[in-house]
Amino acid sequence: EVDLEERLHELDLRSDSDIPDVPPPTDSTPEILKRALSGLSARWKNWWIRGILSLAMISVFFLIIYLGSFMLMLLVLSIQVKCYHEIITIGYRVYHSYDLPWFRSLSWYFLLCVNYFFYGETVADYFATFVQRREQLQFLIRYHRFISFALYLTGFCMFVLSLVKKHYRLQFYMFAWTHVTLLITVTQSHLVIQNLFEGMIWFLVPISSVICNDITAYIFGFFFGRTPLIKLSPKKTWEGFIGGFFSTVVFGFIFSYFLAQHQYFVCPVEYNSETNRFVTECEPSELFHMKKYSVPPLLQAVLGWETVNMYPFQLHSFALSTFASLIGPFGGFFASGFKRAFKIKDFADTIPGHGGIMDRFDCQYLMATFVHVYITSFIRGPNPSKLLKQLLILQPEQQLSVYKTLKSHLVEKGILQPSLRG
Amino acid sequence: LQESESENRLDGETASDSESKSEFGGSSPVPTSDDTPEVLNRALSNLSSRWKNWWVRGILTLAMITFFFIIIYLGPMVLMTIVMCVQIKCFHEIITIGYNVYHSYDLPWFRTLSWYFLLCVNYFFYGETVTDYFFTLVQREEPLRILSKYHRFISFALYLTGFCMFVLSLVKKHYRLQFYMFGWTHVTLLIVVTQSHLIIHNLFEGMIWFIVPISCVICNDIMAYMFGFFFGRTPLIKLSPKKTWEGFIGGFFSTVLFGLLLSYVMSGYRCFTCPVEFNNDTNSFTVDCEPSELFQLQEYNIPGLLHSVLGWRTVRMYPFQIHSIALSTFASLIGPFGGFFASGFKRAFKIKDFANTIPGHGGIMDRFDCQYLMATFVNVYIASFIRGPNPSKLIQQFLTLRPEQQLHIFNTLKAHLVDRGVLASLEDA
Repeated sequence: EVDLEERLHELDLRSDSDIPDVPPPTDSTPEILKRALSGLSARWKNWWIRGILSLAMISVFFLIIYLGSFMLMLLVLSIQVKCYHEIITIGYRVYHSYDLPWFRSLSWYFLLCVNYFFYGETVADYFATFVQRREQLQFLIRYHRFISFALYLTGFCMFVLSLVKKHYRLQFYMFAWTHVTLLITVTQSHLVIQNLFEGMIWFLVPISSVICNDITAYIFGFFFGRTPLIKLSPKKTWEGFIGGFFSTVVFGFIFSYFLAQHQYFVCPVEYNSETNRFVTECEPSELFHMKKYSVPPLLQAVLGWETVNMYPFQLHSFALSTFASLIGPFGGFFASGFKRAFKIKDFADTIPGHGGIMDRFDCQYLMATFVHVYITSFIRGPNPSKLLKQLLILQPEQQLSVYKTLKSHLVEKGILQPSLRG
Repeated sequence: LQESESENRLDGETASDSESKSEFGGSSPVPTSDDTPEVLNRALSNLSSRWKNWWVRGILTLAMITFFFIIIYLGPMVLMTIVMCVQIKCFHEIITIGYNVYHSYDLPWFRTLSWYFLLCVNYFFYGETVTDYFFTLVQREEPLRILSKYHRFISFALYLTGFCMFVLSLVKKHYRLQFYMFGWTHVTLLIVVTQSHLIIHNLFEGMIWFIVPISCVICNDIMAYMFGFFFGRTPLIKLSPKKTWEGFIGGFFSTVLFGLLLSYVMSGYRCFTCPVEFNNDTNSFTVDCEPSELFQLQEYNIPGLLHSVLGWRTVRMYPFQIHSIALSTFASLIGPFGGFFASGFKRAFKIKDFANTIPGHGGIMDRFDCQYLMATFVNVYIASFIRGPNPSKLIQQFLTLRPEQQLHIFNTLKAHLVDRGVLASLEDA
């Protein structure tokens, strides 16, 4: 008797049967939809709701693309905040920690700190000319890391001071939960924004590939699905997986072809300090110039063409779509496992028929990091404006020696004429 | 009723920690074994238990400090290796606690995955550091050059492999357990590995930036303990009942003084103040340079207040000593929060020490808990106030840009230099 009690005391987590069930999700479908679909059976009604909401989300997406980069940035930020909120709320529910009000404030405070840090590092680079003009901003930029660290430390000390005798473990769990969530949601969202600044195409193609993979895998699975893929998600099938892969690659190819033609999508986003707006105007890089490629003999027999005209970017889109179809789903499995572990059906009830925002974005999670790493490794080197900013804060002697090294390098490469006029 | 009550008191589901009667007793995951060496045991067999403990602690403290000095003498490479070993041991200690808490020894996959993630993150950080400091070496060797060029991609691919293995290893009845361990591993990596790499960055900046912060934290520990022992009366924080305000304040002033003295002594030697560089010809580390302004004696006017106390009008000291005040202040005021954090952690998971590695002291982590925040602070401090970015790194990044970008940057830099008057005229080479 005593032994059993003592063992149960010791937080036996070997089985998951101890988690209480979450109350059934509330139905947040708008009234108007309900009335319109009142005639149909429950199954078709669900299908229609999902379909309509999918179309609605895609339309909102297109609208925001039309409105420009700044709106997109705001959208990404709102999604990040909502995802963070959803995951933290799940944590509260699992740990019944609503009665520790300090912790809600601390979680939001940490979110603010980390966002401040990232925005200062990335966005400030792009607004260099804007910042140069204003004294106070210069101070903030120069000591940015120190200020961010000081802000974070304040939160850390507040956490330590808020430790309450009977709730230590709970508080440490929530602290860790907050940090892991920040790691997942905030860093990804900033990588998405970095990709966006590289060119809207680097934002659109990956996200669309993931969405396309979701939809086509579902459709292929619906019509041809037979062999289950993974125990974690019983609805996924191998037929859906493979069918989704091929469709996504083709979709990525075609979509890139169309986007690569417009400067609006292809050019890096720049901030014009005179007009105070974002501009996307430039000489498109080599990636977006049509080139002739010889078709490999294998495909030649199939397609009957000897050469094909396409953009080099389409080859990169091939890599992006492959990642979206093969590794992206692991993000989805991770989220499924998470939902099963904590016995929840959906992350939240924000979108009728679909669940929470996090449910829609779970596969995107790894994609953003991949695109960013891909760009920095294969497409371009470091960010020129950031490099310039760092050069300008060096000591004058250092600047002079760097200048001399650069000059000799440029003259050597023939980029600079070795004349007196420099 | 009793059963349902005990069911409710399972971890994570309750608003309060279940208070078990035996705090460190039979159900405690880590039994405290006595691994004091036999030699010491025999030598101290006569003394009473309390004094024996005090002596063991004292001897081990001296042993550790001696060891510290030896390693400093041996040079940067050995220091780097030691930092790496300490990091691995700390990681191991914290992960072991996680296993004990979650009884997850029977998930063998997870131990492998934790070590794998440790390897990935270390590979990533070492790659970034090595690429910067060993630039010429890397450029010479072809395989290293490729590894360095695609470093981020390779690290990410390695991490992804681990992530996919984790997803594939999810077992039906153990989902939550596995997610907890996944989270635990990542938070531990964040704490332990990033700090250790920041320490190595500080080390490369100059050994003084490594030695002074760590010594200040150690000094504060010891001084606060002594002041608390002799004068301690008012408790400081509920979390650590042994800490007192007298110890805290006494420790603060002693540490500031100690920092000033230590910096004064160290600033005179080049081997401490010069940045560590890798010499391609001799294939070894060198610490030889023209000391920067920070390490040249300057005359300072004493503020009126201290003037009357000390009787001096001016004082000659190194500018670095002023920075050491900032470092000591942080070590005494904020560093202890790292210690409180670790105390709270130990109370939360009902362990007395992180491990039993060092007799009388506990685990490695117990000794390094206050250092945790210090390393980040020093790194941020250096980056913000001492030096800007590393010029050779900037040149390296410049060389990978496209020609038109290079030209644009060159012209902007030139205009800036002319503007500042550093470049006499447009024709100045």
